Amino acid sequence: MVFSRFERPYEDNPAPRHALSVENVSLRFGGVKALSDVSLDVQPREIFAIIGPNGAGKTSLLNCICGLYHPQEGRILYGDVNLVQTPPHRLAHLGIARAFQNIELFTHMTVQDNLMLGRHIHMKKNILDALLYWGRGQREEIEHRRFVEHVIDLLEIQHIRKQLVGSLAYGLQKRVELGRALCINPGLILLDEPMAGMNVEEKKDIVRYVLDINEEWGVTIVLIEHDMGVVMDISDRVAVLDFGILIGLGTPDEVRNNPTVIQAYLGEEGG
Amino acid sequence: MPSQSGIYHEDYASDMQLRPTTMQRIRQIAIVAAVLLMPFILGSNELRIVNQVLIAAVGAVGLNILTGYTGQISLGQGAFLAIGAYGCGLMMAFFNVPWPIALLLGASITAIIGGFFGLPSLRLKGLYLAVATLSAQVIVEWVIKRWDPIDGELDGRTTDALNIPSNLLVNWQWVDANRWLATVGIVILIGAVLWVTWRLQSNFQRDRFMAYRYLLYVVVGLIVVFLSGLIVILQTPMLSLQDVFTEDWRLNGNEYAFYCFAMPVTILVIMAATNLFRTHIGRAFIAIRDQDIAAEVMGVNIFRYKVLSFMVSSFIVGLAGGMLALHSTAISFERFTIEVSIEYLAMIIIGGLGSVSGSVYGAAFIVILPELLRTLGRTIAGTDPASLSQFNRILPFAQQGVFGAAILITLIVESGGIRKIWQNTKDYFRLWPFEY
Repeated sequence: MVFSRFERPYEDNPAPRHALSVENVSLRFGGVKALSDVSLDVQPREIFAIIGPNGAGKTSLLNCICGLYHPQEGRILYGDVNLVQTPPHRLAHLGIARAFQNIELFTHMTVQDNLMLGRHIHMKKNILDALLYWGRGQREEIEHRRFVEHVIDLLEIQHIRKQLVGSLAYGLQKRVELGRALCINPGLILLDEPMAGMNVEEKKDIVRYVLDINEEWGVTIVLIEHDMGVVMDISDRVAVLDFGILIGLGTPDEVRNNPTVIQAYLGEEGG
Repeated sequence: MPSQSGIYHEDYASDMQLRPTTMQRIRQIAIVAAVLLMPFILGSNELRIVNQVLIAAVGAVGLNILTGYTGQISLGQGAFLAIGAYGCGLMMAFFNVPWPIALLLGASITAIIGGFFGLPSLRLKGLYLAVATLSAQVIVEWVIKRWDPIDGELDGRTTDALNIPSNLLVNWQWVDANRWLATVGIVILIGAVLWVTWRLQSNFQRDRFMAYRYLLYVVVGLIVVFLSGLIVILQTPMLSLQDVFTEDWRLNGNEYAFYCFAMPVTILVIMAATNLFRTHIGRAFIAIRDQDIAAEVMGVNIFRYKVLSFMVSSFIVGLAGGMLALHSTAISFERFTIEVSIEYLAMIIIGGLGSVSGSVYGAAFIVILPELLRTLGRTIAGTDPASLSQFNRILPFAQQGVFGAAILITLIVESGGIRKIWQNTKDYFRLWPFEY
C-alpha cells in the first residue's frame, strides 16, 4: 500500500474538527494570578499562535486546556465538551494532542514505540491478546504500525526508527515529540515551543511539517512560540498574553500594530 | 537497538519479530535443546537447584513487570508469593482441588488481592507507594501466623506450617486404566507441537541460512519420537505401565517430575511477559514509568494501567507461589518474610530492571550463588570436623556478604544489571575491532 507523503491514512477515521473556545478563564496558584479572565476562540483548521514574554501564562493556558491545571473560573469548550471537567486521559479520545515544551518523550523506548504509544487510544485488544501476541493482538499491532510508518514518512525520521529516544539529538527529539502527538490522529494539536533551541535549518523543517499537518491533514494548530518571524509568518491569528492578561488578539498585522502589545514587548519608552 | 545489516524486511510482521537474525534463532533452539537434555544430565540434587531457579525466575519476572517496567516499587513480593502458595495449598489440602486448577485459582486470587493493594497508587508514587505495599507484607504475614484454619498439624502438634498433599504429575495408574483416552491426548499433543513448529517455520522462511531449521527439525523430531514411543507402549497390552515407568512422579518428591512441570510453565510465563511488552498495554506500562504526565495526555488512563500492572504482576507472582507450594511438603510464613521481598528486588536489580531476560539471569544468580559458596566452602574445609564446624559458622555470613557485595558491584559497575553487561559484551564482539 503506497501513500503519498501528505495523504492522511484512510483506514483511520480523522477526529472531528471543533472550535475551541476559552471563556473567561482565571487560574490562581495561591496569591499568584497565572491567568485572569482570558477569553479567546480558535476556529477549526486555523493556525493560532499564543505569544507573550516569559511567565506570561502561555503554558499555563495550554495546561488548562489539557486538564493538567484546573482553572478556578471560566470554562473551556471544545465542541460541546467542557475541558475543565475532563480528565487528561480523555483528551486524546476527543482528538486533542499535545507536544510539550521540555521534551517529555519516553526515553527508554525506541522512536517507533514512542509513536506506537500515540496510537494507544485506538487499540482495543485485551490483556489476553497481549500476552499471547497471536491472531487479533498481532494483527492490530501491525495495522497501527502502518499508520506510524506514515507519520515517520511525513516527518522524515525513517533513519532513527529503531533508536532509543534518549540517545537522539535535541532537534530530532522535538520532531519525534511532534510525531507522537500526530499519531493520535488529532483534530487539534497543541504545540508548546516546537522550535525552541533550534538552528535555522531545523526551524525551517519544523515550520514545513507544521504547515503540512495543517494544510494536508486539516488539523487545527495552537502554537506557542518565541520566534516572532515564524509566528507572524505562519499564523492565521495571534493572541498575546502578558502577566496572565490577554492584551491582544487578531491577525498578525493587527497584533504587530497594537500599541499595548508593543508596550509589553518593548517597555514603556519603546512604545 | 540498531537494525542488522543484510536483513531486509518485506512486511511489518517480519520487521516486528523478536528474533530477526539467524544467530538469535540458533541460540534459541540451542536453549530449547539444553532444556530438554537437562534432566538427563543433571543429578537430582542439581535439579533441585534448577527448580528453585525456575520458581524464582517466574517470581522475578512478575516483580519486574511491576517494578522494572511500570516503575512501581513493591515491597510486598513475599506477601503475594504467600497468597499464591497458601491459596494453592489450602485448596488442595481442604477442598481436594486438582493441582493445576488449584495453581491457577491461587494465582487468580493473588491477582485480585494484588490489584487491591495497587489502589493506593492512585495517590502515591515512588517510595511512598513502596511503604504502602509494605502494608501488604505485614498484613499477610500476620494473617498467616494468627489465622487458625491456615495452621496445620505436624507430628501431632499444631504448627504454623501447612502440609501440602502429594500431587502426581502423571498418574500412570489412571493412564493404564484409560489407555485409549491417553493415546488421544498424546496424539493431540504431537499435533500441537507440530503446529507450533509449523508456525515458527513459516516465520523463518525468508531467511537465507538454513542451519537453524535443521536444528529445529532435530529438536521437534526428538519430541515426536519420544511421544510416539509412549503411544506404542500404551497400545501394547502386555506391557504394564508401572513396569515401564517405575519412577515416583510426585511433584514434591521427585525433582525430575517437578522439572517437567516447572520448565514449561516458566517458558510460558517468559513468552507471555515478552509478548506483553510488544503491545500497547506493555508500552503504556513503560510510558507510566518514564513520563507519567505525558502518558496521561497521550490517552493512557494511568490509574487503570497501574492497577492492571499490579494484577498481571501479582498473577505471575502468585503462580510462582503456587509452584513453591507444589514443590514443598509443607509451607510456613518463614518463607514469605520481608527478606524474601528484598531478595526478589535484589534479583531484578542485579539481573536488570525492565527486562524479562534480566529477571531470569538475576534469579539464577541469587539462587545459585549461595549453593556455589557452600560447595566451594565444603571443598576448602575438607572432612576435618573442626574446620567443618567453623565452616558452618562462617557460611551464613559469607553468603550474606557476597549477596550485598553483588548488589553493590552491579550498581557501581553497570546499573543495567547482568542483562546490560551481556549486551555490552555482545556489542563489543559485534563491533570488534572498532569501538563503536
